[in-house]
Amino acid sequence: MGSDARAEILARIRAAGSIAPVPIPRDYDHAPRSGPGDAERFATMVADYRAQVHRTTESGIADLVTALLPPGATVVAPADLPESWRPRTTLVLDGDPRPLSVTELDAADAVLTGCRLGIAATGTLVLDAGPAQGRRALTLVPDHHICVVRAADIVDTVPQAFRALDPSRPLTFVSGPSATSDIELNRVEGVHGPRTLDVILVGPAFG
Amino acid sequence: MRIALFATCLADALFPAAATATVRLLERLGHDVVFPAGQTCCGQMHVNTGYLAEAVPLVRNHVAAFEGEAWDAAVAPSGSCVGSVRHQHAMVARRAGDDGLAVRAEAVAARTYELSELLVDVLAVTDVGAYYPHRVTYHPTCHSLRMLRVGDKPLRLLRAVRGLTLLELPAAESCCGFGGTFALKNSDVSTAMLADKMSTVQRSGAEVCTAGDSSCLMHIGRGLSRLRSGIRTVHLAEILAATETGATRI
Amino acid sequence: MSTFLGTPSLPAGTGNLRGAQSFPAAARKALGDSQLRANLGAATATIRAKRSAAVAEVPDWEQLRAAGSALKATALQRLPELLAQFEANVIARGGTVHWARDAAEANRIATELIRATGSTEVVKVKSMATQEIGLNEYLAEHGITAYETDLAELIVQLGHDTPSHFLVPAIHRNRAEIREIFLREMPGVDPAITDDPRVLATAARTYLRQKFLTAKVAISGANFGVAETGTLAVVESEGNGRMCLTLPETLITVLGIEKLVPAFTDLEVFLQLLPRSSTAERMNPYTSMWTGVHPGDGPQRVHVILLDNGRTRVLADETGRAALHCIRCSACLNVCPVYERVGGHAYGSVYPGPIGAILSPQLTGVTGRDDPNASLPYASTLCGACFDACPVRIDIPGILVHLRAAEVDARRGGLPGPQDLAMKAASAVMASPSRFAAAERVTKLGRLLGRMRGRITALPYPGSKWTTSRDLPMPPAETFRQWWSRTHDGSR
Repeated sequence: MGSDARAEILARIRAAGSIAPVPIPRDYDHAPRSGPGDAERFATMVADYRAQVHRTTESGIADLVTALLPPGATVVAPADLPESWRPRTTLVLDGDPRPLSVTELDAADAVLTGCRLGIAATGTLVLDAGPAQGRRALTLVPDHHICVVRAADIVDTVPQAFRALDPSRPLTFVSGPSATSDIELNRVEGVHGPRTLDVILVGPAFG
Repeated sequence: MRIALFATCLADALFPAAATATVRLLERLGHDVVFPAGQTCCGQMHVNTGYLAEAVPLVRNHVAAFEGEAWDAAVAPSGSCVGSVRHQHAMVARRAGDDGLAVRAEAVAARTYELSELLVDVLAVTDVGAYYPHRVTYHPTCHSLRMLRVGDKPLRLLRAVRGLTLLELPAAESCCGFGGTFALKNSDVSTAMLADKMSTVQRSGAEVCTAGDSSCLMHIGRGLSRLRSGIRTVHLAEILAATETGATRI
Repeated sequence: MSTFLGTPSLPAGTGNLRGAQSFPAAARKALGDSQLRANLGAATATIRAKRSAAVAEVPDWEQLRAAGSALKATALQRLPELLAQFEANVIARGGTVHWARDAAEANRIATELIRATGSTEVVKVKSMATQEIGLNEYLAEHGITAYETDLAELIVQLGHDTPSHFLVPAIHRNRAEIREIFLREMPGVDPAITDDPRVLATAARTYLRQKFLTAKVAISGANFGVAETGTLAVVESEGNGRMCLTLPETLITVLGIEKLVPAFTDLEVFLQLLPRSSTAERMNPYTSMWTGVHPGDGPQRVHVILLDNGRTRVLADETGRAALHCIRCSACLNVCPVYERVGGHAYGSVYPGPIGAILSPQLTGVTGRDDPNASLPYASTLCGACFDACPVRIDIPGILVHLRAAEVDARRGGLPGPQDLAMKAASAVMASPSRFAAAERVTKLGRLLGRMRGRITALPYPGSKWTTSRDLPMPPAETFRQWWSRTHDGSR
C-alpha cells in the first residue's frame, strides 16, 4: 500500500506538468554588519524578550550562577559541564552515571548549560547538543534555564548562524523564555518551557 | 503638454464633475487636454468578476482609443481604472491569446497616469493654485494605495491647497468595502466595512471626504447620504480645480 | 458533476476543507455576533501595528520576500526529486517515511502507528495538516484520545469549537470567554482562576504538565522539511512543541508535500520571514529541528507521513499553484478587512482568510455553483492588503481573479445566469462608443424616478443588495461627454 501511494503521488506530480525553473535572488544580507558579532546588540535583543542578561568573565561564571539561584537549589547540567562553571550548590549531572528521568528533571530548580552560538539580530541562543549543552529534554523540563554564551560565539545575522550550524545535530533555537500570543494576540511570557531564562554573556571585556 | 483624458465610464455617466474638474485643472495649469471620443470603459468590473473573455473587446477598444502619438500622456481621475489599464489589460489580452494586443496595451499603460501621479511625477507640481476653504479628510483608495502606490502624492497636493484644513482619517488604509460586485455578492460584509469607514470619516471631524476614485466615493458618499450625516464626498480633482474666483461648491 | 478547477484527473482533497454553507450566508451569521467582531477587531488591530514595526526593522525585507517566493517556486518545480531526496535522508537517519494520497489514508497510517505502540493517548503540537485531515476526530472514533497542547488549540478543543485562525485558532475568543471555558471544561482547574492571560497560561501549564511527562506518542506537523538533509523544523512559542518533539518515545509528523525546501541554509530566509509575519517577533521563542532519530536524545521512533490530499491538483494550475507557497504565517488574515469582520469560521475550511479563499477551492475542486467553496474566490474586495503582507509574495488578489475567471469559464456553454447575461450585455455596450453614449441617455430614466425625493433609497432585487445601506447615485443632468461637446466643441 505504501509504495502504491508513493508511486501514485509522484505520478500525480508529473501529471501536473513541468514547471520552468526560476532564479533564486540571494541579495538579502548575509554579511556581518561590523566584523565580529555584536555582543551588546545581542544583549539588548535578549533583554527585549524579558530574559535576564548578565555579563562576566570566564572565571566569574560559577559565582554568578550561584548568585542567580536560591539557597539550597538543585541544578541539573550536562555531564561535560566545565569545572569552572559549577556553582556552589547541589549539582546533578545528566548521564553521570545515568540519564536523569523526566521526573528528576521536573524536580530540579534550574538547568545550567552552554550553547552553540548566539544571534545578535534576533537575540537568539542556538543549542545543538554539543559541548556543555546536553540532550534537548535537559533544557526544557526545568523551569529555569541558565545559559552561558561566549561573546566570541555570537554572530550578527540569521544567515551567518545557518552557515555555522550542522543540520545532522538536533537544534533548538531559544529566543527569550517560553511565551504565548494566544490570548488576544498579546505576548505573555511563561507557558510550558522554562519560564525564567538567564543569559550569561562571557567575554574578557566583561571583567 | 498635450494630455488625453480617460474620463472613465463611471465619471462620464454618473460623476462628470470629477472629469470636468480634471479638464479645468489641467487647462488652468496651461496644458492642452483632448478627449479621445472612442473611449468607453477599461473593463475592470468584467475582469474582477471573472469575465475575462468579455473584457477583451473593452481592452481592444481602450487601446485603440488611447494609442498613438497624438498626445504625451493619458490621465484618469481614478486609481482603480488606471490600475486596470496598468496591471490587467496585457494579462487579459495574453490570456485570450492576443499577444499583439498585449504589447499595444503595455505601450498605452506605460504613459497612462492617475491624476496625482500625473501632477506630481510628470508635471512636477504640488501647488496647483487651488483654494478650498473646508475641513477635508482623505481616503486613500486601495488601488491607488496598493496597486499604483501613489503614496502621499494626493496628500502633498491637498496640503498645498489654500484654505483647506486636512484632517487625519483613522484607519485610513482600510478598504471601504466597495469592491465592485463584492458590494452586491457580499453585501452584508460590504455594509459592515462601509459602516466602519463612515464612522471614521465622522470621527475625523471633516465636512468633506475626498479620494481619487469615484467608485469608492460613490460607496462612501451614498452611505453617508443614507445616514443624512451632512458630510459630502468630493473627488480630489474637484478640490484641486476649485479656485477663489471659481466655484467652490461642495 | 463537473469539476471546475485544476486537472480533473488529479483527485480532490478531502477532510475539513469545505463548510456547509456559502461564504455570504456564513458571513451574515458571523456579522450578527457583536462579541466576535469586537474580539477580532481588537486582536487584528494589535497584531497589525506590531507586524508593521517588526517588518520595518529589517532593511532587506523585500529581498527576503523575493528569495522566499523563489525558493518555494523552486521546491515545487523540483518536487519529485526533492521528495525522494528527503525520504532517503530521513530513512538513512533511522526514520520511517509513509505516503498518503488523501486524508483517509493519512488518518489510517497514523492510527496504525499509534496502535503499534499500545498507547491510547497522544499529545499533539498544533498542526494545520492534521486539522485538515480531521485526525483528532478519526482517532476518537478509533478509541485514541488526542490532547492538543498549544494554548489556543486547547481552548478550541475544550470549548468543543473549531479553529478560526492559523496561528491563534481561538482568536475569536477573548480572555473572559477563555476563563469560562477553562472553568467549565478543564479538569482540576482552580475555581478562583482570573481572566489575566498570565493566569490562564499558567492553568494550561499545570493541566498539560503530567500529559507531557508521561506521553508515549506525539503527533506534529512541521513548518519546513529540508530535502538535502531530511531535517524537519517546528516553529513555536510556548514550549509545548518542544515537549511533544522531545519527551515521547514515538513521534509522528504529518507533512504536506509542498513543505519542502531544497537546502538547510534556505531556512535562513524563512526563519527571518515567518516570525515577524506571524507573531510580529524578531524570532519566535522556540524553533526545534531534528533529522531522523538522534540516539539518546528525543524520540527513538520517528515517522513522517507525506500528504498529498489535493496538493498535486493545485500544482497543476499554472497560476493557482502559488497558493502552495504559503508558510501559514497568517499575516494575510490579520490584515484582511473581510476576515476582520467575519472571522475564520465563515470560510468553512480549516484554511480561512485570503489564503484560504484561494487554497480551499483549489484543494477540493469546485463541483458546481452550489458548492460552498465556489463562493470563496468572491470573498474579497481585491483591496490588495494580503499581497502586501505576504512574506512569500503570493499574489492572492491575482489568483482570486484567476479562480473567478476559471469558474465563469467552466460555466460557459451552459445556461447563462442573470449575472452572465448582464456582463455580456455590458461588454457589448461598452465595446462601442456609440452604444455606450446611447446607454448613457437611457440611464436618465433613473433621474426621473429619483426626482420625487432627490435620492433613490430602494431598488428591487438585486439592486436591493445595494440600497439596504446606501442610496443610489443620481444620474447627472449632463454626462461628461455632453459637457465636453458643449464646452470643447470642435476638438476631438
